[in-house]
Amino acid sequence: MSKPKVAFYWCASCGGCEEAVVDLNEAVLDVVEAVDIIFWPVALDFKRSDVEAMADSELAVAFINGAIRSSEQEEMVRLLRRKSQLVIAFGSCAHLGGIPGLANTFNRAEMMDTVYHKAPSVTNDENTEPQPEYDAPEGRVTLPHLWNTVKTLDQVIKVDFYLPGCPPPVNLIVEAVEKILNNQLPEPGSVLAPDIALCEECPRRDTKPDKIAIKKFYRPFEIDIDPEKCLLAQGLLCMGICTRKGCGAACIKANMPCTGCMGPTSHVPDFGTKVLSSFASMVDANDENEIAEILNKIVDPTGTFFRYSLPASLLHRSYNHAAKGGK
Amino acid sequence: MSDDTVNNQGFSPRIVAFFCNWCTYTAADLAGTSRMSYAPNVRVVRVMCSGRLDPQFILTALRNGADGVLIGGCHPGDCHYQEGNYKALRRFMLLQKFLEAMGIEPERVRLEWIAASEGDKVQRVINEMTETIRKLGPLQLEKRNLGEIEESVVLSHPETVTVSQGGTHE
Repeated sequence: MSKPKVAFYWCASCGGCEEAVVDLNEAVLDVVEAVDIIFWPVALDFKRSDVEAMADSELAVAFINGAIRSSEQEEMVRLLRRKSQLVIAFGSCAHLGGIPGLANTFNRAEMMDTVYHKAPSVTNDENTEPQPEYDAPEGRVTLPHLWNTVKTLDQVIKVDFYLPGCPPPVNLIVEAVEKILNNQLPEPGSVLAPDIALCEECPRRDTKPDKIAIKKFYRPFEIDIDPEKCLLAQGLLCMGICTRKGCGAACIKANMPCTGCMGPTSHVPDFGTKVLSSFASMVDANDENEIAEILNKIVDPTGTFFRYSLPASLLHRSYNHAAKGGK
Repeated sequence: MSDDTVNNQGFSPRIVAFFCNWCTYTAADLAGTSRMSYAPNVRVVRVMCSGRLDPQFILTALRNGADGVLIGGCHPGDCHYQEGNYKALRRFMLLQKFLEAMGIEPERVRLEWIAASEGDKVQRVINEMTETIRKLGPLQLEKRNLGEIEESVVLSHPETVTVSQGGTHE
């Protein structure tokens, strides 16, 4: 019997998810033993036309990382959806929008303006901007369209399972591959990680106070962080309370607060709004002015609470400049 | 035709109100039994305490067509559960910062302390808020979220699920 065929693809992402596959180390040999990787642009020389030539559902699984923000990405994931029995959203960006999703606080016109004109390091005397189509002497050349809004993978195609994390932890990838090969997958639509908050596996769990009351929020560089004590108790914005466990509390072991890359447990639809609510509740003041003063220490609420999940949030994006739209 | 009054601008705001059981909801009852009339634009949801209000409820209301959200709780010091209303206040203040960053007018979400005896304040606040939202116009997140060129691009593989710009994440 032939081995199941597998594809890896990346969209709007940093490449860290590809690294995570490489981080499997020896385990990658077991994976390669069990499956045929037939499409992986970052590592193997197969082309889009090879995928197009396949029969529908010929691929057993497509692991897709990255958010969707261009016509090319949208086309590729639609193609992979058609050719695959299972699509797995791999990593925070495909799952919730990820860091690229923070571009939803701006619109395309603003972004182009910053990148091609306003950034201090840019020299662009001729005011050139990339165009979707251009007639060069050699013929017409084209570029993909950039969407105004960054989307999660499941806002574009049907996704069967999610592997969360930035990037997904190696043990979860191995578990997921085993579940696929042994046909032990949970209910479709599931996130392939434990459905319980990170605090549960946090090594500092015993130092977490019953009631957290914060007089002053700190950013990590502002204090000497006690390496033993609960980070919330130290006034740091640690998202472990709302974040799915499964990463082994890697950041906390490095004495840094959890930033929430694993996303919410299944009980929370909108991670950022929930975590915003939790931290507001912890503010140790009842007077309006004092509350305002404490909250002012949270410098960038959107970037902090929605770091990985703005496109998946209830609001999806900013509506500030929507009326102007793109160019 | 809905039960809303249609004003001459043709826009009748939809406001979702979350009233706490012990103070504001009782005040709304009082307004009713006292036959006070006020704008019919508010849909009241009774919650046990304003501290029960998850900001996700507010955003869900806005996402699903509400033009504004009104939160009513007990006056500071009067919370039936000691400090639920303070939690509501802190969450409201932080949520306002986020809404502002997202370009949603802060006036669309309003927090008011209304005691059980203040039926007249229910009347006044609802009338005021209805007027404020009427002036702001409909929220219409999906329409403000302009698709512009998206619709005009022809994809080579458009045959699977089509999701509107901005998506319908579940």
